[in-house]
Amino acid sequence: MTSTPLGLTVEEASLAYQGTPLFENLSLTLSPSSWCCLLGRSGCGKSSLLRLIAGLDTSKGAKVRLSDHAGNALPAQAFAWMAQQDALFPWLSVIENLLLGDRLQGQSKSSARRAEAIALLETLNLADKAEARPYVLSGGQRQRVALARTLMRPSPIVLMDEPFSAVDAITRYDLHQLATSLLSDRTVLMVTHDPGEALHLSDRILVLSPSGRLAPFDCGGPPKALSLSQRADAEQELITLLGHQ
Amino acid sequence: MKDSRSLSNAAFALLAVLLLISGWQLIVSITDVPRYILPSPEAVLAALVRYSSLLWSHGLTTGLEVVLGFISGTLLGIATALTLAAWSPVRKLVLPLLLASQTIPIFAIAPILMLWLGYGLASKVVMATLIIYFPIASTCYDGLRQTPTAWTDLGQTLGASNAQQLFRIRFPAALPSLCSGLRMAATAAPIGAVIGEWVGSSHGLGYLMLQANGRMQTDLMFAALFILIVIAVLLYQGVDWLCRWLVPWQSLSEH
Repeated sequence: MTSTPLGLTVEEASLAYQGTPLFENLSLTLSPSSWCCLLGRSGCGKSSLLRLIAGLDTSKGAKVRLSDHAGNALPAQAFAWMAQQDALFPWLSVIENLLLGDRLQGQSKSSARRAEAIALLETLNLADKAEARPYVLSGGQRQRVALARTLMRPSPIVLMDEPFSAVDAITRYDLHQLATSLLSDRTVLMVTHDPGEALHLSDRILVLSPSGRLAPFDCGGPPKALSLSQRADAEQELITLLGHQ
Repeated sequence: MKDSRSLSNAAFALLAVLLLISGWQLIVSITDVPRYILPSPEAVLAALVRYSSLLWSHGLTTGLEVVLGFISGTLLGIATALTLAAWSPVRKLVLPLLLASQTIPIFAIAPILMLWLGYGLASKVVMATLIIYFPIASTCYDGLRQTPTAWTDLGQTLGASNAQQLFRIRFPAALPSLCSGLRMAATAAPIGAVIGEWVGSSHGLGYLMLQANGRMQTDLMFAALFILIVIAVLLYQGVDWLCRWLVPWQSLSEH
């Protein structure tokens, strides 16, 4: 489904609103097929940084230089995007939502892609909802469809802005399991405000401070490989760190 | 549950009409008002039966004017909104003009329309078109401007071109707003057609009412008014049904 794994290098990321800089000259590198979480207090600009990388911020004060992990130019459609709101189009059925990216790219309806979408819905336990309109689904089901739509993109890099924060705890736990297995071959940059979620999912954690500095959080290895007790300690440490910002 | 609710809604509507007619009959009975001032409901019913073919023929003319005006006003309004949303130079040029044009009372230009377009169908269709054009254009344009960011963001990351953003995302997203404009237009279009007929015509319910007024046939006036109400209600119901079909996600969230 995807091309070869691709990392991401972000350099000289700067964002200013009406002359007031939110952050300046940030840089970060993601190795291929790794999962990185971006943490920070509300309003520190972590979502803005993600939008900047996704090319969604075209304002005058927005600047960024992007390349892959080896410094080569990124291919077209390098990013898939998933946000907090499911953003499913209510005038399209679930399967049409999944295939919208293809249609917008001018690709003709292919039965192979349709079969791919159906298989994905089966994996997500949504096979019987393929023809349903999104508004009849529950919040958790909608977010699973949004995940499926993200996975339908051939993009090697997935940018997610608090994708699991609008659902209840049990649904979030399910979504974590699904996302971890289904996104294993992609490079993920995910914004979250939940230290526990970040530790549970990521290979690396970056913390953006309100003063606009980006620092890695060191817990002696990939956070998701920590034992339960180590993770609890690391979570406490993260909360303290964020609380002092 | 939905069916029983709409059934009880219909029952309440019927009750309201019955109450209105009873009140009307009561006023006629108590005050003994002359029938050329206020005819009884019974007299209006009799007029509806007696003049049925006359009312049918004039009603058809007015109905045609209303429907044609509604369709052309809607198409014109949507085209304007799409143009304004797509091209900012046009927006800067046209928007102030469009707003200024709304200070002109449509009724005041009816005589000019008669002069230019004659006493036939065309001038009434244009009147109905003009009266609904602005509500349609402005509600549709508002809807196009207020697409949720989550949807435009997604469209952009899916690689949608500007035209695709407009027609495949922003326009469908504007449908709920456009539909409220359509509902407004459904009640305004008959006004436009009848005003047109009052100013100058040789056929239609407005013409019939003027003639009946001149002859003190108040019962016929009321009968014509009744037909006009039926046309307006049918149009509104049709538009309402169309909107529910177009925007099922909104009618669902209303319940």
